[in-house]
Amino acid sequence: MPVSTNIIKNREVVADDWSVLRLNEGDSADSVSVPAGRVIVPFSVWSAQRAQLLERAEIGVWLASDAQADVAKDDLARFSLIAVDFPKFTDGRGYSIAYNLRTRLGYNGELRAIGDVLRDQLFYMQRVGFNAFAVRADKDINDALKGLTDFSEKYQTSWDEKTPLFRRVQRQAVSQD
Amino acid sequence: MYRYDQYDHLIVKERVAQYRDQVRRRLADELTEEEFLPLRLQNGLYMQRHAYMLRIAVPYGMLSSPQVRMFAHIARKYDRGYGHLTTRQNIQFNWINLEQSPDILAELATVEMHAIQTSGNCIRNTTSDELAGVAADEIIDPRPYAEMIREWSTFHPEFAFLPRKFKIAISGAEQDRAATAVHDIGLHVVKNAEGEVGFRVLVGGGMGRTPIIGSVIREFLPWQHALTYLEAILRVYNQHGRRDNKYKARIKILVKALSAEEFARQVEAEWLDIKDGPATLTVDELQRIAQYFTPPPYETLPATDAGFEAQKTDNKGFANWLKRNVKAHKVSGYAAVILSVKKTGVPPGDITAAQLDFVADLADQYSFGEVRVTHEQNLVLADVKISELFTVWQAVKAQGLATPNIGLLTDIICCPGGDFCSLANAKSIPIAQAIAEKFDNLDFQHDIGDIELNISGCINACGHHHVGNIGILGVDKDGSEWYQVSIGGAQGNNTSIGKIIGPSFSAQQMPVVIERLLSVYVQQRTEEELFIDTVQRLGIAPFKEFVYASPIPTGYTHGEDACVY
Repeated sequence: MPVSTNIIKNREVVADDWSVLRLNEGDSADSVSVPAGRVIVPFSVWSAQRAQLLERAEIGVWLASDAQADVAKDDLARFSLIAVDFPKFTDGRGYSIAYNLRTRLGYNGELRAIGDVLRDQLFYMQRVGFNAFAVRADKDINDALKGLTDFSEKYQTSWDEKTPLFRRVQRQAVSQD
Repeated sequence: MYRYDQYDHLIVKERVAQYRDQVRRRLADELTEEEFLPLRLQNGLYMQRHAYMLRIAVPYGMLSSPQVRMFAHIARKYDRGYGHLTTRQNIQFNWINLEQSPDILAELATVEMHAIQTSGNCIRNTTSDELAGVAADEIIDPRPYAEMIREWSTFHPEFAFLPRKFKIAISGAEQDRAATAVHDIGLHVVKNAEGEVGFRVLVGGGMGRTPIIGSVIREFLPWQHALTYLEAILRVYNQHGRRDNKYKARIKILVKALSAEEFARQVEAEWLDIKDGPATLTVDELQRIAQYFTPPPYETLPATDAGFEAQKTDNKGFANWLKRNVKAHKVSGYAAVILSVKKTGVPPGDITAAQLDFVADLADQYSFGEVRVTHEQNLVLADVKISELFTVWQAVKAQGLATPNIGLLTDIICCPGGDFCSLANAKSIPIAQAIAEKFDNLDFQHDIGDIELNISGCINACGHHHVGNIGILGVDKDGSEWYQVSIGGAQGNNTSIGKIIGPSFSAQQMPVVIERLLSVYVQQRTEEELFIDTVQRLGIAPFKEFVYASPIPTGYTHGEDACVY
């Protein structure tokens, strides 16, 4: 049984019983055995074992940072969860993947950031559509939670804010007291 | 000039708090240096050779006098009494303590300034024309668009961790003064046949180790679509730009690999989804921002002034300064004054706290309280009355900011190089100084005429050596510093990349190399031909031949080829 760990979901620290399947060296997508329970499988495993995996009530997939959101478009409704992997926190491709999953493909389920997920990126991640964060295990998740509220205003649109500041409010210069 | 509203103030204030906590966590070891690095870079804080360097954003080069005074204050309180103007129209301070950096941001916020995205793999400070709003050849003032891009790019959540840094430049005049062709994105304001305003969009220009001139991917983009189109470009780049090799990660490599046509096709496809969406700019928004860039209260003045004409005739020094450092203005009776931050003996672009205070006062008195930074590392007072030019000149002269060398040989673009920068392979400031000393004679410089000499201490090309008419690049050969010389580079409407003339030289040889290049020019030029024209007409061969014809002393020697350094 997967060990329950904590994640941030919908701005709260909650227990989580999903496990993430990562292929080890020598594993192949079509032969790797997917454990029972709630598992987030690599998209390649989903593609290779689609027929069997479709039988399962709850299945999640994760996209690698070099994937395109489009690969998931035909099966979106079948996933309880889609995760996007950040192999390094400086790899920003996952932001565009998330944005496209949400905005272009209309994915409404849980969208989780996994991998090298750190406090100082969470604000940006939630803006492009992530609502769950598997914060890197060696970091304090309660501390990381604070990263979601670094800013209370934003200029530009993204998934979280459909209207840019200039259309949302009446703007006028003010002198600072 | 743009003034913050409550939202700008709030965002910058929250940034200061966020960054302060990041520094606290770094000092408490809650963040490793590796984790902290991109955070501090996105706040303009570099670790340099000796200390931290803080690069402060000067959006499209525009400053108010209180902001200039704030730089003087920062120079005194947190640095060693001076700052350095950069080719990004920014200012940087070289001797900063990490612990004090949040306080500097807090002080900057009081004058509507920050250091957001002045470094890091994100969208950098958008640069523009230092003569925006006043240039005689202006089609449309680019600053409102630059400001809209500033806001859009500030903390853009999707593009904070790009494959590499990303630079946008915008020009609204006949003459491109913003080096748009060597930016990741260059925007030219244009009007179509119906008189509507839009942009010609260039992508994939850049310098560094693979210098490339940008390709036009769209001849006319109606201005309302500027932000959605930029978003489409950035999204294609974010997903497809190379991340396996930092030297091949800039958008220029992607555009080259795909071809400009294919890149444009992908952008257009991406754009279809967001075109006409809520991020489309509105006339209301353009007007809101444009109101900050309305002309100052100019007086109605004649085109010239009797006193001024007399001063010009009587004083050769003043006349020289007018010829080089004063630019035509679109309003009668006014001129734009370039303050030369290129005095011989001073590192190009370095400016002291006292000079900064002086410039702020001068701007208040003579130029509506406004100052600009040029990408050639000089300052501009954009709106000086012609009748007051003589007074301004005398005041500026006393502060060492009136060297009449704008556009001349000693108006050298130069990065901080190995004296400061930890990336540099070689020093650049001493090379600039040695050349400036050798050719300090102004009559000689005026005879040579317009010439751009650019020096970079490494392949990253902060000194824009590729587009210098003469470009000097510091290289490392077996642990010692050498200099590679190229000629024929140019910025502006006819941007070109210089060609390397041959094997590199030692630091001591450089002034003689320049002397030999210039002597070929002087011998070969036709009347009215500039250095760049002669190079373009003859190619590099005669220059190369003469430079390498006889050995150049490598040390301090006497005689015909005596080095000055």
